[in-house]
Amino acid sequence: MAEADGTSSATPTEEMNGAGNLMDFLDEPFPDVGTYEDFHTIDWLREKSRDTDRHRKITSKSKESIWELIKSLLDAWSGWLVMLLIGLLSGTLAGVIDLAVDWMTDLKEGVCLSAFWYSHEQCCWTSNETTFADRDKCPQWQKWAELMTGYTEGAGVYVLNYFLYVLWALFFSFLAVSLVRVFAPYACGSGIPEIKTILSGFIIRGYLGKWTLLIKTVTLVLAVSSGLSLGKEGPLVHVACCCGNLFCSLFSKYSKNEGKRREVLSAAAAAGVSVAFGAPIGGVLFSLEEVSYYFPLKTLWRSFFAALVAAFTLRSINPFGNNRLVLFYVEYHTPWYMAELVPFILLGVFGGLWGTLFIRGNIAWCRRRKTTLLGKYPVLEVIVVTGITAILAFPNPYTRRSTSELISELFNDCGALESSQLCDYINNPNTTRPVDDIPDRPAGPGVYSALWQLTLALIFKIVITIFTFGMKIPSGLFIPSMAVGAIAGRIVGIAVEQMAYHHHDWIIFKNWCRPGADCVTPGLYAMVGAAACLGGVTRMTVSLVVIMFELTGGLEYIVPLMAAAVTSKWVADAFGKEGIYEAHIQLNGYPYLDQDEFTHRTLATDVMRPRRNEPPLSVLTQDSTTVEDVETLIKETDYNGFPVVVSRESERLIGFVQRRDLILAIKTARQKQDGVVSNSVVYFTEDAPQIPATNPQPLKLRRILNLSPFTVTDHTPMETVVDIFRKLGLRQCLVTRSGRLLGIITKKDVLRHMAQMMNQDPESIMFN
Amino acid sequence: MSSSIAQNLRAPALVLLFLVLIDVVSIAHADKSFEDVRCKCICPPYRNISGHIYKRNVTQKDCNCLHVVEPMPVPGHDVEAYCLLCECKYEERSSNTIKVTIIIYLSVVGALLLYMLFLLLVDPLIRKHDQYTIPLHNEEDSEDVRPHVDGRGNTVLERVEGAQQRWKKQVQEQRKTVFDRHKLLS
Repeated sequence: MAEADGTSSATPTEEMNGAGNLMDFLDEPFPDVGTYEDFHTIDWLREKSRDTDRHRKITSKSKESIWELIKSLLDAWSGWLVMLLIGLLSGTLAGVIDLAVDWMTDLKEGVCLSAFWYSHEQCCWTSNETTFADRDKCPQWQKWAELMTGYTEGAGVYVLNYFLYVLWALFFSFLAVSLVRVFAPYACGSGIPEIKTILSGFIIRGYLGKWTLLIKTVTLVLAVSSGLSLGKEGPLVHVACCCGNLFCSLFSKYSKNEGKRREVLSAAAAAGVSVAFGAPIGGVLFSLEEVSYYFPLKTLWRSFFAALVAAFTLRSINPFGNNRLVLFYVEYHTPWYMAELVPFILLGVFGGLWGTLFIRGNIAWCRRRKTTLLGKYPVLEVIVVTGITAILAFPNPYTRRSTSELISELFNDCGALESSQLCDYINNPNTTRPVDDIPDRPAGPGVYSALWQLTLALIFKIVITIFTFGMKIPSGLFIPSMAVGAIAGRIVGIAVEQMAYHHHDWIIFKNWCRPGADCVTPGLYAMVGAAACLGGVTRMTVSLVVIMFELTGGLEYIVPLMAAAVTSKWVADAFGKEGIYEAHIQLNGYPYLDQDEFTHRTLATDVMRPRRNEPPLSVLTQDSTTVEDVETLIKETDYNGFPVVVSRESERLIGFVQRRDLILAIKTARQKQDGVVSNSVVYFTEDAPQIPATNPQPLKLRRILNLSPFTVTDHTPMETVVDIFRKLGLRQCLVTRSGRLLGIITKKDVLRHMAQMMNQDPESIMFN
Repeated sequence: MSSSIAQNLRAPALVLLFLVLIDVVSIAHADKSFEDVRCKCICPPYRNISGHIYKRNVTQKDCNCLHVVEPMPVPGHDVEAYCLLCECKYEERSSNTIKVTIIIYLSVVGALLLYMLFLLLVDPLIRKHDQYTIPLHNEEDSEDVRPHVDGRGNTVLERVEGAQQRWKKQVQEQRKTVFDRHKLLS
């Protein structure tokens, strides 16, 4: 009404227009209101209530006409549609990555002459070499040295192949790191710590953008095929989340609401693991256990659907040519015995120790990279590590090939069909038995030399992985961790097998291992070891076991896997509470409230701002501040929001207004609304305040006022406050005493307080 | 206005791109050439016969030792014992998918490489004069500069130019965060 009064001198039509414009202006929210700036945390409560409002509006509109009804139905279905699209795209991308990695890994050794786009396996798909000796040879596939010199054997050939292998590796990794550097710096690393932080409500603009998606997909292939000790699983979660973000932008329901967007991203993370491992259920559980912060049942179902679609898409691309999703499918179903739990638990202990060593070493190295001169030369670092990796990896056949192939071989049992060195057992010529049931045999010279090589490979992997993870290229650590565990497990497995063979008469072997029986399966030990090491590094339990069993198809081996996973978690937890992702979150100081309990006896009044000797809280009054005052306040402070009180004297709380919304609202009002000048009074009440007619037109800002800010009293224990922040996802909380506003606690204050209580530097928390 | 149009155009364009992608995959899939299936039988050493690998293009139903192993290395009465040892696997692939994927991948990498070279080598030469007019901007200034290069141009070219400038600025900011200040991802 006051606005109409202000324009009373205008002609009727203009008045109509003016009023009409004003109504429109008031009806449609200010553009960009409710968005957040880079490196800020979102207010989950506000996002939720905004979504509820939107939903209510759509529901009430849907009764008006058929078209609105259809629109509301579409809106309800858009969540599932987004999931479908995410599943399709992430499955396709994973297929592309698998195929390209397969080809490029083999490109380091040679090329297919008949069709350059074939990998070694594909190239020899129809070749007619029938004997075991040249099962890996076919005329179409030529190694580089063979192609150049024409010889297949000899020292010169070996050296040339060696040289070209290193050269290709260096080329791939250089390409990867320069693409990352030039186009999308956010594409480096595994991405899971950052995604965890984003899902907990942090904004990192561009982290899930289109360029990040493209560059991460492209460089992931290069990084993996360069032979570095890294895997594609973590980055695939990031890629899937980028897909999720991409499709969110198609639907205003998700693009305009950061809370809803995070529900989609949680589901996308599940799709990512689903395609990375071919483990749909494991993906859903991974998202639930490891990545997500807010995971309602609805998201669970959507994740399930997204994981299903993604796995199905990948399966229809069939990248491995075996009609399976994974490379590690094991086909044996040999039983295991109770006594074997002892070595399994020992493997669990090893996994825990490896996890601790890896986390400590990697964090120390990453801290070095963050603070010292090392961080200044990211490209050089990648080149040097690749060079060392390639030079050391080539002579050892177990490190030369791709890590997933290595794991696959270690997981497999030695049937009569295997020709690998690991299966060089001394066969008893007198017995002919069916393929599946081969008794324990004494190890041949091949096995012993394989053991040596595996031991060297183990040491190499342990050391190099610590330095590789965290370089400025896409790098995941699932595969290297699993490789470490699989190697250790296989070594233990062979040892137990040989012990059982040579000493049947020992008491422990007497009951379950008769001569001529097949009682120890070294492949199973490799599986258990892989699970233990992965568990030690990431501290996953449920999702780990499910992933492992989906990965290998061995339903019988759940108990050994569980035993190893739990042991490794215990052992690793004894040395340090956090897994690698939490450790990286802490290293970078991301504002992540983890689920640990807060046990210190401090009160809200100890944490709130302003402290005792600080200037009083910057507040707005409900109907006596002018536009100029607000602008000065905005200019002079950098607070992210301001409480609104009745008056400075009474200090009774009305609500809370966000800085960004305030800036936008005033800017828009100054541009679009007539009569708003520096002297205009800003009011947050329902009705305009009584002001003399000579004063300029007041500005109503009730729309951007949050009328239900969360408040606690000053004697609330911090334990409760932390819980409120964690469970409700608050951004700030006001502290009152008998209705009077005393101070404010922001998420930053909470995080800093927690860091202080844990004797860390509170200033390390990244926060704007 | 233009940005909102661009926003509106982006969604259909994305869907279109996606459809094309699916299309390519399905075309590559549909046309399955005869050499894309194989039945691979691995037969271990038996008596005095060394191990052999047999590959034949047969249907999944016929993928067993009796149909694939040819010529049979053992006399008739031994066939059953020999075949018990063999393990036959039916495998499928799509050579077209592989071909299309690798070629698309290589062209994407090639395009990125060219664009990277352009950005690193050619672009600074073209923009030499700009460097004098726009001295190095601090972070505080970037807020003011943004509307300037906001892609408000009239022609498509100017709009693309504006979008490119904005993108470059973003990447520069990201590079600073990741590589110089080591705030993220270290």
